[in-house]
Amino acid sequence: MSDMKKLAIIATKGSLDWAYPPFILASTASALGYDTEIFFTFYGLQLLKKNLDLEVTPLGNPGMPMPMGMDKWFPVMGLTLPGMQGMMTSMMKKKMASKGVASLPELRDLCQEAEVRLVACQMTVDLFEMNTAEFIDGVEYAGAAAFFEFAGESDICLYI
Amino acid sequence: MADFDQELDASGLNCPLPILRAKKTLNGMESGKVLHIIATDPGSVKDFEAFAKQTGNELMESKEVGGKFEFLIKKG
Repeated sequence: MSDMKKLAIIATKGSLDWAYPPFILASTASALGYDTEIFFTFYGLQLLKKNLDLEVTPLGNPGMPMPMGMDKWFPVMGLTLPGMQGMMTSMMKKKMASKGVASLPELRDLCQEAEVRLVACQMTVDLFEMNTAEFIDGVEYAGAAAFFEFAGESDICLYI
Repeated sequence: MADFDQELDASGLNCPLPILRAKKTLNGMESGKVLHIIATDPGSVKDFEAFAKQTGNELMESKEVGGKFEFLIKKG
């Protein structure tokens, strides 16, 4: 198996939109025959929870396409209103479903089926006192040195 | 379109699902067998070319039929 190409990804973000790139790239790489590992650290650990309750925020994100020209008539202050994030999240999910974009649980299942290794950063788990019982089965726990053991041999290494 | 052994309708699915479904279907097929794939994602045209190149499966045919994209892939 040593002639297999390797992909190493560090997933650092815990929002609905940024959860996609690691799972899309990892599942696709596996389909192409890559040996793949994702190292989840800091907010990226949210992507390992059984109950994926991720949201998307328009705040601090001027590149986010807004429905109905909301960016034109909604000043930035308006985006801080209670309920705005939930509304944007539900609109984003509907949009994704209507465009045939896979759901995150589906993509994550596909990664696991394809034997993508999902590694949680032990330090962050301790730092945020996260309950690992909330994580999906099959997660490994390790640190930076373990990441480099795999990443050092990788053909592609991405920080997301 | 030439004969095929199995068919996969990936219509309505977006990247990377058509590729992932195709890979899964090919896994269950014998070498030399042909898979017919139907997709609506315009990105799948380049993606199936790249998929075939990288996995050793042969893209025998790729064409657009009435707004849909059809592919024939022979398992390597």
